[in-house]
Amino acid sequence: MSATGDNRERGGGEPILDVRDLRVWYGTGGDPVRAVDGVSFSIGAGETLGLVGESGCGKSTLGRGVIGLLPDAAAVAGSVRYRGRELAGLPVKEMRELRGPELGLIFQEPMTRLDPLQTIEAHFRETLRTHRPDLDDDEVRRRSLETLAGMGIPRTRFGQYPHEFSGGMRQRIMIALALVLEPKVLIADEPTTALDVIVEAQILGILADLRRNFDTAILLITHNLGIVAEACDRVAVMYAGEIAEEGDAREVFAEPAHPYTRELLRSTISLETTGLNYIPGAPPSLIDPPPACRFHPRCPNAMRVCAERHPIEVRTKAGQRVSCWLHGPEEQIPEGGREPLEREELLEAEEA
Amino acid sequence: MNETAGQPSAEPSAENVLEVRDLHTTYSVRGSFFDRLRGRESGSVRAVDGVSLDLRRGEVLGLVGESGSGKTTLGRTLLGLVEATSGSIRLEGEELTGRGEADLRPLRRRMQIVFQDPHASLNPAMTIGALVADPLRFHKLVSDREELRARASEALERVGLAPASEFLDKFPADLSGGQKQRAVLARAIILGPDVLVADEPVSMLDMSVRAKILELMLELKDELDLTYIYITHDLATAKFFCDRIAIMYLGQVVELGPAADIYERPHHPYTAALLRAIPEPDPRRAVPRDLPRGEVPDAVVPPLGCPFHPRCPKAFEVCGWESRDLRTLLEDRWTRLSQDDYERERAGVGNLDVLDVPSVDTILPAPDGGTGEQPAEVLAAMRADAADDPFWSGVAATEVTDAGVRVRFHEPRVPRDLSVDRSVVRCHLHDPEALAAAEEIRSERDRD
Repeated sequence: MSATGDNRERGGGEPILDVRDLRVWYGTGGDPVRAVDGVSFSIGAGETLGLVGESGCGKSTLGRGVIGLLPDAAAVAGSVRYRGRELAGLPVKEMRELRGPELGLIFQEPMTRLDPLQTIEAHFRETLRTHRPDLDDDEVRRRSLETLAGMGIPRTRFGQYPHEFSGGMRQRIMIALALVLEPKVLIADEPTTALDVIVEAQILGILADLRRNFDTAILLITHNLGIVAEACDRVAVMYAGEIAEEGDAREVFAEPAHPYTRELLRSTISLETTGLNYIPGAPPSLIDPPPACRFHPRCPNAMRVCAERHPIEVRTKAGQRVSCWLHGPEEQIPEGGREPLEREELLEAEEA
Repeated sequence: MNETAGQPSAEPSAENVLEVRDLHTTYSVRGSFFDRLRGRESGSVRAVDGVSLDLRRGEVLGLVGESGSGKTTLGRTLLGLVEATSGSIRLEGEELTGRGEADLRPLRRRMQIVFQDPHASLNPAMTIGALVADPLRFHKLVSDREELRARASEALERVGLAPASEFLDKFPADLSGGQKQRAVLARAIILGPDVLVADEPVSMLDMSVRAKILELMLELKDELDLTYIYITHDLATAKFFCDRIAIMYLGQVVELGPAADIYERPHHPYTAALLRAIPEPDPRRAVPRDLPRGEVPDAVVPPLGCPFHPRCPKAFEVCGWESRDLRTLLEDRWTRLSQDDYERERAGVGNLDVLDVPSVDTILPAPDGGTGEQPAEVLAAMRADAADDPFWSGVAATEVTDAGVRVRFHEPRVPRDLSVDRSVVRCHLHDPEALAAAEEIRSERDRD
């Protein structure tokens, strides 16, 4: 790997989170599921990186791998450095201490993450007592109320139970619970997927304020390209456990370097859509992904080399990292490798 | 331009497959265990609250709304899967409401549904061939095994699962998400229906395959002369897919018109807000800041007047301002105060729960042992800090009493359906009578 996703312009100096060649494989009795297969990226302070991909591409596993929240059956390899400190292989107890005050988390389904038998006040008390035993009761209450109010939760509702709140309010409470510890990094896994479009836009506004006001680094995991475009500085596009392309969000959307990114953007139905486009076939199984470039069976630009050799990551002129033979490196492409790939026509039925 | 649409013609029209008039579907809710402990009564939810619309032959009509808007309940009521509480549904002139199951069954063949989740719609223990042919067997139209298989093959090939022999004996688990939704479509068309109700048919599918399923649905529509009702929360697919769109909010259709008009010149402030909120895959566009506040309110006790008024940036005098709006505004203000300022102000008012009873004549109570001057000061501070809030247009009079400050609101008006350009809109902004009433209030206020 030559260019491995340094982005030090924005964060100033060392990135706050630096992931190198991360692999997460799940054992299923038979062949392993290679959910994350050699992924590298970094995030600087105050920066939002969007991690986008279709279901089953490994993006949620990647988010969990970063913060050490994987099931026992998962095998992890590679490096995750947080402010220079290696997290991979850290004892469970030390990892648990980092999770919350350093690495905050927001999940998709807020209701499943809040204890139905505890008031909102109790949730905050427990969180702060665990991670900030130095604070007295008054300070715990003051910080909790200020954070909640900052998320637009009425102060008079501090003593209420999770079921008394709407879906959007619960997600605000979840965000407040993560923020009350003032984490440097926030990992948000589909934070708005269960919400209505107006509430979703409200939550995106909150995330935008966060990175502006608190210099929080955010890893925003989503399947929604519109959310990435609105909320992220950079975007990493995942396909079948790998990052196909990564770069400045505006650049990637304006001039996608990887055919998958391009086709995904073309097939996304937006208000500007005037014709239907789709990618033939379906996302592959991660137990037995296609050899060489994993996208080659569905790729309209596939060349002979794409079915023979795994692509090598290169950096484009515009600064994107891309793993696609279209961008070279030329010297690695064998004689005749740029010839179009001949293949049997896909059955219509296999398309979708 | 502004005319009352009234009831669309009572005469069945050859153009309309389905005519729906003043349809209501009400669910009763028992309330939670805690609610009952507290003596809170159970209530009812008007999931569909007075909907009238026509479905024209060969069109795609979109029912678009957020969760809780009643779009799914409306779709199910049309199919008779949920019983209508009142109102009329006519399928080519034949009344569907008030029929027993046996009576309804033959008519059901003409209307089929496709659900959101293809994984949950297919019995995992049945083969694709058996699943697709099941409606023929169920309606006792075909019993011969060979013929069932032949008809299933035909339907599968029509939806692109070809050659059918590859799929007939497979189980749902062997198919991808997109293939499953194709099988569901094959099952839906096998009875030769006139109308297909598709409830979020692509929202569970991956972005890269959604367009393929929508394209297939458009092909089927042309080949089989189908009429679609497309239920979705997604304004982007609706824009591409629908001829006309009904925007729903809290059980009501607030705007109904040609798809192009809905997007180009939305007439209802809610439609405009929904369109602004859609994240577009174009990074040059920033997150909008002027979003409606809050969320869809509790449908058990909907707002007075227009259901959207508490969130509406354009609401005015007669839109339905009431006690609960006062509480919302006050609590929202408090989230922006420092803890100390909040505590000082909080001490100036009593228990806010009195505001939870919807009323146009309410009291912001004084604290225990305090005077009415205290809440009056809080109210004045609220007003000074948010003088532009449309809420204040609804306040008719305030008066300091011993119990607190009495706040009276203008009489709420319930919006009615109005024809605006090519659309029907349920909003006072387009109602000359509501505008005149507000104008009268304003000139009276200026006189005083």
